Formats: sequence, C-alpha cells, structure tokens
Amino acid sequence: PSSSPRHDDLKEMLDSNKDSLKLEAMKRIVAMIARGKNASDLFPAVVKNVACKNIEVKKLVYVYLVRYAEEQQDLALLSISTFQRGLKDPNQLIRASALRVLSSIRVTIIVPIMMLAIKEAASDMSPYVRKTAAHAIPKLYSLDPEQKDCLIEVIEKLLADKTTLVAGSVVMAFEEVCPERIDLIHKNYRKLCNLLIDVEEWGQVVIINMLTRYARTQFLNPNMNEDKEEKEKKKTEATAIVKRKPYVMDPDHRLLLRNTKPLLQSRNAAVVMAVAQLYFHLAPKAEVGVIAKALVRLMRSHSEVQYVVLQNVATMSIKRRGMFEPYLKSFYIRSTDPTQIKVLKLEVLTNLANETNISTILREFQDDHFNDKDFVAATIQAIGRCATNIGEVRDTCLNGLVQLLSNRDELVVAESVVVIKKLLQMQPEQHSDIIKHMAKLTDNIQVPMARASILWLIGEYCEHVPKIAPDVLRKMAKTFTNEEDIVKLQIINLAAKLYLTNSKQTKLLTQYVLNLAKYDQNYDIRDRARFIRQLIVPTDKSGALSKYAKKLFLALKPAPVLESPFKDRDHFQLGSLSHLLNAKAGGYQVLPDWPEAAPDPSVRNVEVKESVPEWTKCSSREKRKEKKADKPFYSDSEGESGPTESADSDTASGSESGSGSEESGSGSESEESNEESESASEEDEEEEGKKKKKNVEKIKARKPVPESESDSQPNTIASVQVFDTICKPAWLYMQFLLNPPLPVSVPQTIIPSGNLKTYELLHRITGEGLSVEYCFSRQPFSPDPHMVAVKIQFTNSATSEAKSLHVEDAKLQSGMRIKEFPEIEVLPAGETISVVMGIDFCDSTQAANFQLCTHTRKFFVSIQPPVGELMMPIFMTENEFKKEQGQLMGMNEITEKLTLEEKCQGEHAVVQRVTTAANLSRVPCGSDKECRFAGKTVTSGSLVLVSVVTKEDGAAQLTVNCEKMVIGTMLVKDIHQALTQ
Amino acid sequence: MINSLFLINPSGEIFLEKHWKSVVSRSVCDYFLEAKEKALEPEDVPPVIHTPHHYLISIYRDKLFFLSVIQTEVPPLFVIEFLHRVAEMIQDYFGECSETVVKDHMVMVYELLEEMLDNGFPLATESNVLKEMIRPPTILRSVVNTLTGTSNVGDTLLTGQLSTIPWRRAGVRYTNNEAYFDVVEEIDAILDQSGTTVFAEIQGVVEACVKLSGMPDLTLSFMNPRLLDDVSFHPCVRYKLWESERVLSFIPPDGNFTLMTYHVNAQNLVAIPVYVKQSISFFECGSDGRLDVTVGPKQTMGKTVEGVMVTVHLPKTILSINLTATQGSYTYDNGTKLLVWDIGKLNPQKLPNLRGSLSLQAGAPKPEENPSLNIDLKIQQLAISGLKVNRLDMFGEKYKPFKGVKYITKAGKFQVRT
Repeated sequence: PSSSPRHDDLKEMLDSNKDSLKLEAMKRIVAMIARGKNASDLFPAVVKNVACKNIEVKKLVYVYLVRYAEEQQDLALLSISTFQRGLKDPNQLIRASALRVLSSIRVTIIVPIMMLAIKEAASDMSPYVRKTAAHAIPKLYSLDPEQKDCLIEVIEKLLADKTTLVAGSVVMAFEEVCPERIDLIHKNYRKLCNLLIDVEEWGQVVIINMLTRYARTQFLNPNMNEDKEEKEKKKTEATAIVKRKPYVMDPDHRLLLRNTKPLLQSRNAAVVMAVAQLYFHLAPKAEVGVIAKALVRLMRSHSEVQYVVLQNVATMSIKRRGMFEPYLKSFYIRSTDPTQIKVLKLEVLTNLANETNISTILREFQDDHFNDKDFVAATIQAIGRCATNIGEVRDTCLNGLVQLLSNRDELVVAESVVVIKKLLQMQPEQHSDIIKHMAKLTDNIQVPMARASILWLIGEYCEHVPKIAPDVLRKMAKTFTNEEDIVKLQIINLAAKLYLTNSKQTKLLTQYVLNLAKYDQNYDIRDRARFIRQLIVPTDKSGALSKYAKKLFLALKPAPVLESPFKDRDHFQLGSLSHLLNAKAGGYQVLPDWPEAAPDPSVRNVEVKESVPEWTKCSSREKRKEKKADKPFYSDSEGESGPTESADSDTASGSESGSGSEESGSGSESEESNEESESASEEDEEEEGKKKKKNVEKIKARKPVPESESDSQPNTIASVQVFDTICKPAWLYMQFLLNPPLPVSVPQTIIPSGNLKTYELLHRITGEGLSVEYCFSRQPFSPDPHMVAVKIQFTNSATSEAKSLHVEDAKLQSGMRIKEFPEIEVLPAGETISVVMGIDFCDSTQAANFQLCTHTRKFFVSIQPPVGELMMPIFMTENEFKKEQGQLMGMNEITEKLTLEEKCQGEHAVVQRVTTAANLSRVPCGSDKECRFAGKTVTSGSLVLVSVVTKEDGAAQLTVNCEKMVIGTMLVKDIHQALTQ
Repeated sequence: MINSLFLINPSGEIFLEKHWKSVVSRSVCDYFLEAKEKALEPEDVPPVIHTPHHYLISIYRDKLFFLSVIQTEVPPLFVIEFLHRVAEMIQDYFGECSETVVKDHMVMVYELLEEMLDNGFPLATESNVLKEMIRPPTILRSVVNTLTGTSNVGDTLLTGQLSTIPWRRAGVRYTNNEAYFDVVEEIDAILDQSGTTVFAEIQGVVEACVKLSGMPDLTLSFMNPRLLDDVSFHPCVRYKLWESERVLSFIPPDGNFTLMTYHVNAQNLVAIPVYVKQSISFFECGSDGRLDVTVGPKQTMGKTVEGVMVTVHLPKTILSINLTATQGSYTYDNGTKLLVWDIGKLNPQKLPNLRGSLSLQAGAPKPEENPSLNIDLKIQQLAISGLKVNRLDMFGEKYKPFKGVKYITKAGKFQVRT
C-alpha cells in the first residue's frame, strides 16, 4: 500500500513528545484497523511507544500490536521485553494484561517465552492471573501444537484450582487442547460440579458440555432397563438372555444432575440450552421433562435463539414427545415469524401430533398464511406426515388435502398432489374416488410435477379406475407433444401399464404414444419408448423378459416413508453446531455411548493425605511452590467473598475446609523458613527430604507385604533380597535428589549390573583426531533434577592438543534445555577426559542437536536418548504399585504378549534385561512369576510402571502403564526387543 | 471459539471488523451477503451459514447485522447470546445501537470488543466491569476531555473482575441512595376473526435501576409469587432462596439491569385489554376492497389504554388505499405495503374507527388471505397478571434508601387474524 502523506503525519505525531498527539494518532490508527483499512506500514512508529507512560496510549498500542504482530514478526520482537517486565510486576492486573498481550502476539519465535510465562502464571497467587494463564493455553497451542504435553501439565495443575474464576477458563483450555484426556477430570469432577453455580455464565456452558461427555464415559445409562425393554419388544429372542439388572445411579451422576438443574433459570440462553442437553443425554426419562419449560421460555427470546432452540426441540420431540405436549400452543405459527422459524415450528408441531391434539394442529395448519412458498410446501408435507403417523386422522388429512386441490394457487395444488400420491400409496383401494377426482384435475393443473404425479397414480391404480384411466390416456396422447419431459415419461408409463391390464381398449393409444415418443427430441424419452415397446409388445424377436412385463410394471411398490429430517439427529450432542448443521464440525467431540459396565467410581475420590505417599505426588519443586502460592490466596478469597459466599456457595467453602486441614502440616514449615535465613529453595528441599524420610519410614513400619509372606513361602526369599537391595538404594537416591548440593557418591547398586551402553558422538576421522563417545550414566544430574545426565568422553588421538572444547549453538526442540559441561581448556594429545552434561529432553525421544567446538573447528552432533533413559527409578511397595496401576488403565495401559528368548528365561535374566533397557527400579512382588518395575519420567515425573508376567514355555506378558502414551508405546517396543533378542 | 466479528448495515456495507485470532479476510462475508440477497426480509437470513472453511453465525438487531466467524465446534447459542450482549453493550454505552453511533465511537467500540473476548472466549461481558475499564462517554466528560486531554480509559485498577461478585463494581458512592423497579408485562396473543382467543400468555420482566452505596444485599418479595410459572434470573440472584422461600435475594449490579424475567402461569386466564372489530373484504369482481377497523377497550381494570397502534401488512397486489380515521392518523408506505394507524389514547365513549376503500392492481386476483392486524398498546400502573411487589429490604448497609416500584403493561406479539 502506498504510504500516503497522511500516514506521514501520523508518524510525526507518534514521534512527538506530547501524549495528546500520540493519543490522537493512535485513535486514528485504531479507527483505521476497525474499519478494516491497512495500517501495517505504521508498525515501526507504533511499536516504539509500547513503553509509553500514558495508559490510554499504551492500551491502544497493545491493540495495534495484537493485530499486526503476526505480519511483522521481527519488529514485534522489539516489544517483547516490555511484556516480560510486566510479567514480574507486583500488580496482578499488570501481570495479567502483560501475559494476555504477550500470548496474543502470534509470533512463533517467542513460543518458549510464552511457555515459561504461562507456567509461571499458572502458579501465580492471583486467581485473575491464573485465569489469564488458562486463556493463554489455547493460544500457545494453536501457535505450536508440539507444546501439547507441556500444556497438558499446566492444564492439569489449573484444573486442580479451586476458584470459580479459573474453572471456566481452564475447562475451555482443556476442551481445546486435550479433550481426550478425560482422566484429568476424575479428581476434579466433584469440585467442578460444586463450583458450577458460581462460575461465570460462559464458563458454565463449557463446563456443562464437557461434563456431559465425561458422564457418558463414566456412568451407566439410567434408562438402560427401559431401553432394553424396547429392544426386547423388537427382538423377542433376546428376551431369554437379557436379565434385568437393578439400576442404581452413581451418586456422582446424581450430583451432576442436581447441581445443574437450577441453571435452567439462567438468563443466558446458552446456559439453559447446555443444561437442557445435559438432561436430555444423561437424565432418567422421568426427569427429563423439567427442561421443556425452560426451552419453551427461550422460544420467546430473539429469533436467532428461537431458531437454534427449535432445531433442538425438533430433535428432542421425536424421542420424548410427551415432554413438549403441554406446550403445544407455544409452537403455533405467527404470520410475523421469519420463514425458517415457521418451518421449524411446523416440524415440531408435526412431531407432537397425536390422536388427541391432531385436530387442533390441523386447524392451525389451515389457518396459516399461504404467502410464503417454502412454507406452503412445508405445511402440506407436514399434513402428509401427520396422516401417515396417525392412522385415525388419515382420512381427515386426505380430505383436507383434497380440498386444497381446488385452491387457486397452483403451487398449493401441486404440493398437495405430491403428498396425496404418497398417502394413497398406503391404501389405494379405499380411495378410488379421490383418484377419480385427481384424474379430473389433469384438465386444469399445469405444474409438471403434479401432472406427473397424477399420471403415475392413475397408472399404478388403473384397476381401481378402469373406466377413467383409458380416457385420461386419450387426453394425454393429444397433448403429448406439448408436455414437459417428466410428464411425457409418465404418459409412457401410464400407457404401458394400461396396455398390460387393458390392452383391448388401449392398444392403439399406446402405440400412438410410443410412436410420438420415438421421435421426441429428448433421448431419455426415445430410449424409454424403445425399451417399453420391446418389453410389452410381444413380437417374435422379443426376449424372455416380456413374459415378466406385467410383474415388472405392476409390482407392489412399498409405500414411501415420510419421516422427520430430525430423526436420529441426537447422535450429535444437542446444542452443538454439528447438531444444527447435521454434519460434524471441526473440533467436535463425539458424545460417547454409555459404557456397558461402569468404570471404577473411586477414581473420583479426592485423596486424603495418607493414602498415597506424598513424594510420588509432589516431589518436584514446582509443585511445592504451587502449594505455597495457594495458601495466601485462600485466605484472600475468603476475605473478599464476604456476603455472597455465605448464601450461595456453602459447598465450595465446605470443600475448602477439607483442604485446610491438609495445609496444617506445612504451616510449621513456613515458620521455620522465617527463622532460618538460608535460601528458600534449599530449605524447601531439605524439608521435603525429611518428610519423605518420614513417609518412607511409615511405609516400612507398615510392613511391606513380601516380608510377611516370606515366612510362609520359602521360595520368595530371593525376591525379598532383591527388594532389599533395590529399595534401600532407591531411598538413598531419593535423598540425593532432594539434596543435590551434597557431593554424594551415588550408590552403584542403582545401576544395573550390565555395562552402560556407549554411543558414538563424533568419529575419530570426522573429528580430525578427536573422538567423542557418550553414555547415559543413570546418575541424577545434580544441577537440575529434571535433566538426564549424559556422560561424554573425549579422546584426543591426534598429534596436537585440542583446546577449549565446549558446546555451542544448541538447536533444541521447544521446551528442551541443555546444561553444558564446563569448557575443557586443554586436552593434550593421546589423553582422555570425561565430563557430564545435562539435557532436559522434555520426555521425548527427539534428538538434542548442538555444536561441539574446539578452538579450530565446529562439529554438528546430536544426542538421541533411547526411551528407557528418559526415566528414573522410584521406590514403591507392591500395594502402591497395584493402586497406581489401577489408575493408569485404559489408554494408558499397553499390553503385549511375547515369547522370552531362551537365555532370558528366569527371573534374574528378565530383571537384568529390563533394567538395562530402561532406567527403572524393581518393585517387590509376592509372586515369582511376575516382575514389576517402577520409575518416573525425568521431566514431568509421570509414573512409568512395567510388569512382566512369565508363563510356561517362555511365554510372557508385558504390561506398561504410563500416562504418557508415546513413552509407554516406545518402552513396550524397547523392552520387548530386550527380552526376545 | 469466536474468531472475528463484522458489523454490516442493511445495504451490505461492512463498517467495522474485529479479529480475536488470526485475521480472517472480510471476503468471507460474501457468503452471508449472498444469503441476504436471497432473503425477502432481513429476518429471513439464516442465523447459521456453513461456508467451505468457516461457519458464519449472525444476528439481526437494531437494523444491523452482527456477523461472527467461527472455525470450530462451538454451541451456536453461545455465539448468538454473545452477539446480543455486544448489541446491548453498545446500547448501554451510547444510548442506542445504530450504525451512526458505532461509527462515531469507533475506537471505543473497538476497545470494548477487545476487552469482551480474549482469544474468542468471553472475558468481561458484565457492564459494570466494562464501565470500570472504559468509561462511557458523557457530554460533560467529552468536553472536559477535549479541554484537558484526559482519557476515558479507567486509570484506577479495576477490581470487579477480581471479586467473586463480578457484576458489581467496588467502592460505589451515592449521595442519594435509590432503588427503582419496573414490573413490565407483555401480552402475547393471537385472536381469531371472531375475537376468540386462540392463544394468550403474559411475559414479564423486572427491570431494576439501583443506585446504592457500598455492598447492599437486597431482598425483594412478592404478594403473589405463585403467579410466576417460569422464571429466569440475573446471575446475582440466589437460586436456592428462590427455590425455598420464593424471594429474590441478591447483591445488585450498579445501575440498570434486568433482574428477572418471568412467565405467568398458563392456567390463569389472560385478560385481553382491547377488542378489535374488523372487516377487510375484497369484491370478487372488479378490483376493489373495503377495510373497516374499530378498536375498543375490553378488560382494562379501570385504567386507560394508551399508545394504541394498529399495523397491517397489506397484500402485495394493493395499488392504493383511501381511508379515513376518526381518531389519530394513519401512514401508508406503498413500497412495503405497510399500513400503520396511530390511535393514541383509547376513549371508551368514542371508539376510534378506520375505514375506506382499497384498490387492487388492475387484473390482479382477489388476495387469497386477509392480512392480520398487529396491535400495540400500553397501560400505565397496571401489571395485567395482577403481580404485586410486597416489599424490598436491604441488609449490609446502614443508610435508608429511597425505593419505588412501577407497573406497566404492553402488547407483545398481539395479533388479530382476519
């Protein structure tokens, strides 16, 4: 675009020192944007003002940035530091708005910065900032879908948030990023149900829709017995097999129904619709009725709302007709309704029609105003449908339609003929007088479709009107040449049928018609004529088919089914866009069918502290931090909430009091940290270590199962030994993790007895004498427990010394981090040196690429970890193992059958091979047929559980449970290979 | 969720666009404009249009189209409800929602839209919160602003979004504390030719104007809450107390808001305040017809019926009309064939009448159907259902507020078939 002089003066104004001039310029620029005019050439001039002191100018600059940053990525980067500063501001609103703008700038380069900012904000003490973080998640996801795993962690954390402010936004993020991760909802389900009424309206809609899907996967169909009955009626054979189970509703299912019901009274149509669909999909039949009144209320809202509601009512009224019958009058049609509303109301009225109300409905149909073409057609079709559905009124309807045949409007007549044709097909024998009446119409009616219908009807039922039919054919033969094509085809049909039934009277006429058709301009008609002549007129050449001509033409034809276009549309979740369009829209989540058997309901139990050793849950520092951050916030919100809370959300405060007691333990800690002036983080970890010690002791005190069993079963002694050797160091290892600064020599026992596999990083020849190898040392990387330690060994086989060996220019997948080894100043010729570097692979097997530099050369190298190295061992008792395994079922469980290699049969061999393949520790087990291993991923701390059950003849079954499915799958492959080769 | 918004005037001009995600070219509106061309009336444009890459969800309101662009699954009502909120917000800020108003306040509307959605998901839709962030213009303020160069953007830190009662701003102070409630009822009815009621029901709404300092906690109770059959509430109303005690208990937003809407129990017979005697006929031969309409009071509970207006969509084949009204005046637009008879107050002693001849286009057949009459009316100081407010109590603050209740009955969709 040409930069007009006007833009020049805008630039001048933006460069001036006066805020008022800047403001004026920005206003004009934003107005340009609003009108859709291009203002991108002003970007450099505008971005300079991003740090402007004037709040209004600043706001407008933000508005501009968000609009154009995507197009001017390089320049946009200039503004990033301002927002990064804003993220640290003591004022929560400034933090939030900085995050909001930062995350709205769609520039790929800043993805890592965004990720970091989101993570930080997710543990901010202000719920408003946390809400903003939740909003930022889908933004980052759409910018870089590879961040999914990291984002899921943030979502998981925010889902645990107990404020109404965050709930709606985080569920929205959940729906956009990982709607399939229904397992994340379990623990938060009851909380979401209880908070729901206090969440803002938009959040309510999102939560309710999500919970509908959730409930469909977790609970049993409350109508299963009734539905079965229906099926039984259809399939009598099945009756014997199906036994009725008494249905008991899960209390959580009830909780959802109970807590959503008051929202039917919301002023927001979307909320009401969301609750209505929830009830329709989840409630027992007897309770669904409550939604009708609310939906009928929405019918008085704006016409667009009516339109959507009517679509849904149309679908619902097919399945649950009784529900809307009392509100029949609300669906009466007004002349002022827009056409699409009229047509939908008609649809609903038709669905609601039954023996008792049909007369009122028909009267309503007749009263309708025939000034709208589409609507007329729809009305007449609706009458037809009523007639087919309700036997009692078929005659009334038919009579009504026949009356319409004398209507002055040809369209009305034509449409009626078409519908009558369909109706008559059902009982032709009783209605020969109507057929006669219609035969007369051929003189007047001109609409081709109607003429064709009449002719077809007469041909089809010519035996009922034996006298009239030939006469109609005679008239038609006269006008044949002037008819439309569809009429001509039906004339030929009529002729053929009459020829077959009444050849005496019509033989000549038929031949006349066929002759006319033979020379028609339309080849369809010529073809048809030729075909029919061959078929019906017997000649010596005519084939075997002509014998069957009568059967071909006068076969009994099935009556057409007139059914609602809304039938079966409820396989789409009601209220959704997909339902409205009757086509799957992008991003639509399928509403699953009810499960046959209910999954374990205990997954929704919110755990009391003792049940799971704490350290498996919050061993990382971040999680500790979150806890700390939460604490002031609770007291905060309680102070703020004052009067409303007391009335509305006693449930919320109830659940909080439970967590309050949980907090009491950590209370003493904070006191300690006040006294001691050491750095907080270290202190924290130490503190945690103590706690862990306590916990481990507690577990020991509880007497692990294998020990007790060992008395009775002598053959388990071996396993107990293993338990001892593995679990003790594991404990030490934990300690080490928690106190990284201590120069502890890591117990060797943790490393499997097999040698560590070394990989080549740089070959001697490419490296010009410098060869580099690496191995995964399986030792915790002390500077950062989230990194995998990689031991790198340099060998200088050149003749001269290598200087300043260091890492440079790491090209990492987003999220990955590298902790370089300290630079090696000199490596004399012939010497070897080992260093350790840390890499955070982000729990993925993506390679870390970087450059290895000497004083003269740079080499591109890459380290790719086998999946087994992405985890570290953790200690677990048998019971805990079982419990955790029970929670990682379904998609998180991968099972594979395999045959153990000969050398590998035997417990010891299995243990060795598995621990070589993956950095896991053994879990004690009562049976010698089964070996269990546990670990967690280094970055995210997700549990990895492996069990190998051996059977006879070397057959075995390998099971891996891990919530990171990719890791699980790859691990299965690796272990499988280790055990079979 | 919501990608973009376009405001389009009836002639199809796009005069404002706002994008909350990546920019969507305005050419996407072509699909909508095409549908608009096909539709006879603006109301007939389908609210949801499916295009190859996007879904268009639109509303028609105040003679403007609000068109939103959607890319993935989202409940259509969610979008429609939001679009209506946008229109209400404009109305609330600038006193009316029209093309001129939006064009005059382009920047402010744009800023408001920016605040209302974040990444297409609603962030702040409460008027109280928005007004704290972006102050609505007043004449005085705009004068001051031009003189001093100060701004409309709130520079105090807003707190509404942070509290658990997001609809009320904090720190409200008034010298005169007042709370007014308007009970407005609308009669929706269809009467047939003979004047029998085919269908009638009453919709009510309680509009509030509350200007109270601090954090007042109000309780509004009715004499006869049983009349209310179906209710919907502003989010501030506590559902549970309504369920158990049938009182409205709430901490009000500051300023004007709709407290509740209700529907009166269908079992109660609806009083129809006026009757209409009408005859519209066309002669079988020739191209003439006659129209004769009289309106009179029926069940008015002793109140005066005001603002009576009769609107008729005459058949398309009408060429011209020649009518005389005994009271009020009529206007007729030959383009739209819309006849509006503005009667005003109804005087029981002297009933207003409109009569005269209609002439059809030469050769046109007699219209198949007679047009129906739409009636408009207003009755002050009466809630036709008989609903009465009992009392209003205030807790949580010490001052004595000034309280008031007003009742009005109006015609809603009041139609007489002929």
